[in-house]
Amino acid sequence: MVVSENIRIAFRALRANKLRSILTTLGIIIGVAAVIAVVSIVQGLQFMITKELQGVGATYVMVLPKHDQNQGPGVLARQVKLTWEDGEAIRDRVPGIRLITPLIVAPGQVVKIGERQHSTMLLGVNQDWPEVNNHEVELGRFFSRLDMEHRRKVTVIGQKVAEELGLSDPVGKEIYVGALPVSIIGVMEKRGQALGQDSDDLAFIPFDTAVNLLGRTSGDQIQLRLQAEDASVVDQVKDGISHLLRQRHKIPEGQPNDFDVMLQDEILKTVGSILGMITTVVGAVVGVALLVGGIGIMNIMLVSVTERTREIGVRKAVGARRQDILIQFLIEAVTLSLAGGGIGLAVGWGIGALVASLLPGDWPPAHVPFWAILLAVGFSAIVGIFFGIYPAGKASRLDPIDALRYE
Amino acid sequence: MSIIELQNVHKVYDMGAEKVHALNGVDLTIGKAEYVAIMGPSGSGKSTMMNLLGCLDTPSTGSYILNGTAVEKLNDQELAAIRNKEIGFVFQTFNLLARTDALQNVELPLIYAGVSRRERRERAQRALARVGLTDRAHHLPNELSGGQRQRVAIARALVNDPSILLADEPTGNLDTATSSEIMQLFDELHSQGNTVILVTHEADIAAHADRKIVLRDGKVLTDIREPAKAAAV
Repeated sequence: MVVSENIRIAFRALRANKLRSILTTLGIIIGVAAVIAVVSIVQGLQFMITKELQGVGATYVMVLPKHDQNQGPGVLARQVKLTWEDGEAIRDRVPGIRLITPLIVAPGQVVKIGERQHSTMLLGVNQDWPEVNNHEVELGRFFSRLDMEHRRKVTVIGQKVAEELGLSDPVGKEIYVGALPVSIIGVMEKRGQALGQDSDDLAFIPFDTAVNLLGRTSGDQIQLRLQAEDASVVDQVKDGISHLLRQRHKIPEGQPNDFDVMLQDEILKTVGSILGMITTVVGAVVGVALLVGGIGIMNIMLVSVTERTREIGVRKAVGARRQDILIQFLIEAVTLSLAGGGIGLAVGWGIGALVASLLPGDWPPAHVPFWAILLAVGFSAIVGIFFGIYPAGKASRLDPIDALRYE
Repeated sequence: MSIIELQNVHKVYDMGAEKVHALNGVDLTIGKAEYVAIMGPSGSGKSTMMNLLGCLDTPSTGSYILNGTAVEKLNDQELAAIRNKEIGFVFQTFNLLARTDALQNVELPLIYAGVSRRERRERAQRALARVGLTDRAHHLPNELSGGQRQRVAIARALVNDPSILLADEPTGNLDTATSSEIMQLFDELHSQGNTVILVTHEADIAAHADRKIVLRDGKVLTDIREPAKAAAV
């Protein structure tokens, strides 16, 4: 007997009990929808982060002071320091470095012009920032070496800041950063949002100006951003920086670093492992959902076999063999679970698309990779077969005489 | 030419403590195109006989040759095939598949025979025409009267051109008028050359047959041939 005939029989049986069929597949629907939604969101996240990091290239190096909780209160006495003097030493003594900029991050700084004011993130950097971070100026210019040396009171703002201050032609305007009057010399190109951070809602001022504005101690814990000359030397650069900073910070042998040197691929790896963990946890939850869904299918198939004992008897009387009955009920179970998988796929994709459209910025449109579709469909088929085989076997083993007599 | 040959058939059911001899040494030969009624009170072995003749069950001992095939040697799979090919069942309770229209019900044996969709449709339609239900082909069983349902069941039994038509109390669920219609249909089918076996406990149903076999305690009590043509007309 042909399989297509069995599929038709299965559909007819399932249609006859629409509500029951839908309720039965709900477990599978929820499980598959969850995995598809999470995968599409995680993929989006990974896409964004990767795009962000690849923008700065494989030669990008970050140096950060480390606040090591493990060292207890003692570390408070020995304040962790990372200063621009460290940065200059790195620049002068570690080979393979093309560009380096200090970075002071000061969130929540008020900028204002006239009556309009806006709270933004202030970044103290040097003239190399645009090239180190692959973030270019769109209008006007960035700081020059002269601006830096003369500690000029200038600023380059992000587009969101220009917008908030109502400046249609910002270059040349005087604004206040805190109490400090500065003139706008440039506007950065638009970058959009990533990871809850608006890369257009910020204002750059020369590093020394920032130290003056924020107070002396703000220069004691800065970050460094570097570009190595070539991707092949980043590891050497990392080692060189570590060696030099340990020396300068007088860290005794065997003690951990009081700073972190991170490379682009390490950041990518860290991000990847976090996202992988999320996927694993969700996968485990989904596994449970599919298990429960499968048991639901098995339960309803057992009910169905009992209900249709007479039908099985008739089919056997007119010549159905065991395997005909087995395949009929197996296909019915697989049809249930595959239908659940298909609906789950659509629902999950819908949730992913909805989340993508609700998230601000240039979040990529929901993308469900082919392997996820394959996995969802494959898993639901396996669930159908696994949990359908027992009821189908039971049906196929029914004695036709007893089945025909069944009331 | 005999189509059914039972030789010293025993059927024993093991009911735990005691063994029940449902059939206790039955010898029986039924020829092609015969019209036979198998009768007997409940407990006589009538149902066991019916299951055996219909290849739903096999004898414990003895042999059953159906159209040249020794049934007692067949396995489950071969029994299913022989039921499909040689037997046309008609049940007291019709046993049509619900939610499946008349035509598709009639097609059912052909599906398991592996007949193509198109040929199935044609043959099922022809079978429905033979029972006078061409215009009811796309009605569901619950849209048909009792008599019409039994006609669909008879069409289903006929569709595969079986060696024997095996009817188990075919009028048990029908009123008198409809019963006589159905019995006329069986008479007709017999006159067209079909082998018909009725299993019944009603004498006036059995009167339609040309040969009446009465069972008692698992044995043939009487086996009387008296052509029923005169009585039926």
